[in-house]
Order: sequence, then structure tokens, then C-alpha cells
Amino acid sequence: MTWNKPFKTLAASLALAVGFSISPATAEELGYPEKEELTFGFIKLTDMAPIAIAYEKGYFEDEGLYVTIEAQANWKVLLDGVIDGRLDGAHMLAGQPIAATMGFGTKAEIITPFSMDLNGNGITVSNAIWEEMKPNIPKQADGKPVHPIKADALKPVVEKYKDEGKPFNMGMVFPVSTHNYELRYWLAAGGIHPGYYAPHKGDISGQIDADALLSVTPPPQMPATLEAGTIYGYCVGEPWNQQAVFKGIGVPVVTDYEIWKDNPEKVFGITKEFAEKYPNTTVRVTRALIRAAMWLDENNNANRPEAVKILSQSNYVGADYDVIANSMTGTFEYEKGDKREVPDFNVFFRYNATYPYYSDAIWYLTQMRRWGQISEDKPDEWYKELAAKVYRPDIYQAAAKSLIEEKLATAAQFPDFETEDGFRNPQTHFIDGIVYNGKEPNAYIEKFDIGLKSGQKL
Amino acid sequence: MNTTTVIATKFSGLKLPQLDGTFFSNAIRLVALPVAGILAFLLLWSATAQNIDTSLGKFPGPAAVMEQFNALHDEHQRSREKERAFYERQEKRNAERVAKDPNYQPKIRAYTGKETFLDQIITSLVTVMSGFLLAVAIAIPLGITIGLSQALNNAINPIIQIFKPVSPLAWLPLVTMVVSALYTSPDPLVAKSFLNSLITVTLCCLWPMVINTAVGVAGIDKDLVNVSKVLRLPALRHVQKIVLPASVPMIFTGMRLSLGVAWMVLIAAEMLAQNPGLGKFVWDEFQNGSSDSLARIMAAVLVIGLIGFLLDRGMLALQKLVSWDKTAN
Repeated sequence: MTWNKPFKTLAASLALAVGFSISPATAEELGYPEKEELTFGFIKLTDMAPIAIAYEKGYFEDEGLYVTIEAQANWKVLLDGVIDGRLDGAHMLAGQPIAATMGFGTKAEIITPFSMDLNGNGITVSNAIWEEMKPNIPKQADGKPVHPIKADALKPVVEKYKDEGKPFNMGMVFPVSTHNYELRYWLAAGGIHPGYYAPHKGDISGQIDADALLSVTPPPQMPATLEAGTIYGYCVGEPWNQQAVFKGIGVPVVTDYEIWKDNPEKVFGITKEFAEKYPNTTVRVTRALIRAAMWLDENNNANRPEAVKILSQSNYVGADYDVIANSMTGTFEYEKGDKREVPDFNVFFRYNATYPYYSDAIWYLTQMRRWGQISEDKPDEWYKELAAKVYRPDIYQAAAKSLIEEKLATAAQFPDFETEDGFRNPQTHFIDGIVYNGKEPNAYIEKFDIGLKSGQKL
Repeated sequence: MNTTTVIATKFSGLKLPQLDGTFFSNAIRLVALPVAGILAFLLLWSATAQNIDTSLGKFPGPAAVMEQFNALHDEHQRSREKERAFYERQEKRNAERVAKDPNYQPKIRAYTGKETFLDQIITSLVTVMSGFLLAVAIAIPLGITIGLSQALNNAINPIIQIFKPVSPLAWLPLVTMVVSALYTSPDPLVAKSFLNSLITVTLCCLWPMVINTAVGVAGIDKDLVNVSKVLRLPALRHVQKIVLPASVPMIFTGMRLSLGVAWMVLIAAEMLAQNPGLGKFVWDEFQNGSSDSLARIMAAVLVIGLIGFLLDRGMLALQKLVSWDKTAN
């Protein structure tokens, strides 16, 4: 086995770097936090919940941490805040720490010890587009459309716009956002080309060869931008899809749960420097977040209504209770009145949602390569090394083990730390049926009809 | 002589209301008409509001806004309650730690909760006053120097004319970057965001003051200047005894203009840079898109207007107090 070699050497050097004086046994041994006053940033989305809950339920204070939580204007401002130290940590798009470490966009070493949730996004189209798509969608016995809706239904509409010479614009939240890759995945699976990036030529618009033109809009402004007619559809996290239903300006057609069942979503990002300078603080933050995630999923989502109440406060997400509750409490409303059960629409803890798997990072890297953000071929080793630089299960394990030690959690709630190697088993539940194995990124990239293949460079 | 006439002679400026025609016409002019105006506005507002459907529901009328004022007040009370609990918990935690670890120096950390509407108002006021005072400290000496020297005026005037119409939104990115580059203390005295807002406000409200001061100084009565020449007053005495008193009305007109500019600039700067204050409150509510958002924004608009008005009246009162020209209004 040569593939895991870089991991072993890295893990060893990282263990030294984090100064495993922590080698956790009890809280006393864990040591007091080096930095007690922290500021964390977030974007107004329901999946920032673990941070809000850790604050409101006193989990941060239990660790001796005094945390201020600040909403940020957009993902760029948030990332810059973490890089320049204005923020100590933040709710981030999974692609952000990876892209920053790789140097796509602002270069900085950002790591993540904690993955924040699974799923939670949706793709919404405007009412007009929905009316045009509807005839192409098969119906159930009760007359409602069959889900999941594939982009095949959208393809004739996009082609019509193309023939008329009108650009078909769609919104996503950031070039390296999960939403960008999910929207691209869904479009490409239905034969609609979402366009390539060519950073080596200075083209970072991502619209080369595109049928649908994707551009960036901050999440809370998505509904307003759709309403203004600047875009015909968007991919965003909650509550901004349900908001479109409530406002009657658009129809969510598919959730990311249907595009890729249990896909990793946000992560908690900090700088590598922070983790090295304040090892105890880092582990303690992770502990508080793990406890918050456990609380969110406890007893089959029993605490969700309370969580929704907290999130609807104006300093957190601030949307109406009903809008947030729609998706957070296990349902999702597609067309107005078409409310369906999606119990796993937001997963915060079960299915090892919070464990930072290398394979999750590698999936994002494969998509970056597929769409040209990584402009040249890279060996499988490269993917694995980069993933191990950014995703830090070692810190997570230290936090989890100390929680188990204090009886705040049980070992059964976590992956088996003795045997797991940082890779989820090959994942099969994609909308196009393609299987993803994180250990073979290059072979995976080859499987797509639309997308760059090995040896291809724009 | 009865007491009334004594008092009346003492405060010869004060006129006791006479129950005659002028009293009533004054009452109508000063009270009844403004009240009627406000009522008509409220009526028009609530009538129009009902007919505007936004995607966030109906446009808020006066009743909805009033309700949000109450809600904001309740939120403020609740937040103070939470703050008290926060400090209690902290003291307990500190005590426990000292018991375990006697070398530990307990430290009380500031409340980490969200600032309330009232806190945001205070932040905005502090920021605008600091920015304005900094501008005063720069603009008045600069204005006097320019006013005294025609040559200097010719040299600096083009620069002033170019910078005067620049919008705060253009300055802000530059200010932000320069502040983050130069202000890198590990334990900063004031927050960077405060400094950003403050400097932006200063940059924008500097110009009306400089211009007015310079014009005021340049336009001093020649007789006064001649008196100063005859007495051979040294330069500083000249400024102190002749220039300043003579140009006070113009200086204050400039200051009033500037304070108005400062208040408008601050709200825009807070909104764009996400700096704490009323501007951020408005932006946050816009982003939230809840069914109360528009009413809360409207509440903020009214507060912003009211504060702007009070600031202006405050400057006017100050001007009347220190100036020999009592005709300003």
C-alpha cells in the first residue's frame, strides 16, 4: 500500500506540530485554552447552527471560551477575515480551506478539524422557467412531479434560450462553493454544460463552452436577484430556497440530498497558525462544536424546533420561524403546497457527519479538476497529500476522545478511530449513478461525459 | 411693583405670552400646523403602505413600525438580562478556576452577545462624533491658514475642490486596506471597524468646514484687520483676538454642514463595511428577509432621521451660544 504513505508521514509530523501534549485523557490534562476570547464568523444560512447552538447552550463557555459570533457579508469577506486574523474561525464552504491552501484565489493555509453538516442545499428556478420545465417532467399518480427531477427537464429550456441568443444565467454563492459543484454536477448529469475555468490563462469566470452561465451572488441576496430577473435559477443553502417558495417567486426543483445522498457541506475553518499557536483552544472549540452537533441531532431531531427558534433570531439567520422550520425539521417544500418528507435534509451529527474525512476533501478536488480550476493533471498522491494538509481528523480525534473520557459522549457515536483511515467507503448515491471512491480520484474524473479528462488542458 | 413685573424686567429678553391674536396665530403656526402636517403624512403613509405588496409582505405602516419599536425595546431588555447572567456565570467559573489553580489571575471579559438596537445607536453616535471632532481639529486650523494666505489658498484650493465631491463609498475600500496594513497592534485600543468608519467620516466631512472657515477668515472686515495692524498684534494674537471671533458664524455654518454630511456618510459606511452601528442594523435586517424586516428598517430610518435632526439643532444651539450673530437658523 503506497497510497497512504503520505498520510502516515504527515500524520506523524502533524502530531508533533500540534504538540500532542494534549494526548487526551481528562479535561485537566487537556489544559486551559491559551486564547479565551474568540470571534467566529458565519453566513446567514441554517447550517451555521452548530456555532449558534454551542454559544446558546453554553458549550463554548463550558470550555472556558468567550465567543462572539458575527454575520459576514459574503464568503470572500469571511475568508479574508480568517486569513487576516479579524476572525479566529468561521463557518466555511468545504472548498474554501482546500482552495486557499492550494492557492486558487487568496493563498493561505487554512485547516478544518470539524465538518459542520451533510446536505442542506437546493436548486431553485424562477416561476417562468418552472412552467417551461414542467411539461418535461413525468408525473406521479396524484399529478405531482416525480422526484428527483433531473436537469434533462431543463435542457430543452436552456436550448431554447440559446437559440434565441439569450444567455441562460444562474447563481451560485462562490467559485469554490459546494453549491457551484452541485449545480454543475446536476446540470452536467442532464447534458447541460456549465462551463470551464482556465486560471492559467487568467480566466476565472468559469464560463468557457458554457450552456448555462454561472455567476456569484451572496446567499441572502439570491431570492432578490431571482426576483429582479438577473438570474433564472440558483443553488444555495437554506433558508433561501424555502424563502423563494414563501415569497412565491420560484420553485425548488431538487435538493443536494437527491444529487448526492449525504454529501459533505460546510466545515469549520481556522488558520494552521491558529491551531499551532493555540492547540488547547483548537481542541476545546472542536469539543464544543461536536457537542452542539450532537444536540442538534439528538433523539431523532427532537431539539430541532428549539434550534429553529434560536436561528430565527435576527442576529443569527433571522428569517421567519416558518421558513427555517420548513427544511430544518425534516421536510422540504418544493412547489407551493408540495411538501415532502426529507428527514435527512439537514444532518449535523449522525452518519459521522462531523468527522473530517479526507475523501470528502478529495471529492471537491476532483470537481475542481473536472471544471478546470485545477488546470493540469495531478497524480493521486497529490490529491491525498493536499487533503491531509487541510482536513485534520487528528484534532477531531483528540476532542472526541476527551469527550468520551468525560462521559459526555460514547465511543459508538464516532467512527472507530483505531481502524478508520480517513476514507468513507465508495459512495454510490449520485443522481447519475456514478460511484465515487476517494482513493482513486483520477479514475473517478475519467468517468464523466462532461468535464476535463486526464491530459486535457484548456 | 409686583413680582411679575420684577421678573419681567430682570429677563427683559423674555416675553410673557399675551392672550391676544398674535398668541393664537403663533400657536397655530408653531403647533397646530406641524401636527397637522405629521398627521397628514401618517395618513398618507398608512394608506400607501397598504397598497404596496413586496415579497416580504405588505409595506409596513405606522402601526407595524410602532410594534417593532416595542419589539426592539423588549429585545434590549432581554439582552440586558442575558448579559447579567453571563457575568454571573463568568464570576462563578473564574472562582472555580482560582480554587483549582491559585496562580490564575481572574479576568472579566466583556459580554459576547449581540449588540441591541440601542447599543447600535450609541455606537453610531460615538463614531460620528469622534470622526467629526477629528475633522474639526484638522479643518479649522487648515481653514484659518488658507483664509489668511491668498497664496496658500490658490495652492490648496484645487485639491479641496477635487476631494470635496468624493462619495464615502469610494474612500471606504482604501481606508479599510490602509487601516489593516498600518494598524496591526496585537491588543488594539479601538476596533479596526471603528477606525474605518471614523476615518471615512472624517475624510468626507472635512471639506465643507475647511471651505467655510477659509471664506469666513478671508472675508473679515478690513477695518478689523487694520486695527490689528495698528496695534501690531503678533500673528497668534491676531488670530485669537481678531480672526476667530470675526469668523465664528462662518465656521459654525461649516461645522453644521459637516455634521450633516458626517451622519449621512456614517450610515452608508457602516452598511457597506459591516461596521457596527445603525447602518449595519439596516443591512442585517435587509439580509434577514423576515416578515418583520421592513418594519424594523423603517423604525431605523425614523431614528436615523430624528438623530440627524437633533444633531443639527444641537449644533445650531451651540452656534447661537458662542457666536455674536444671533440670526442664524
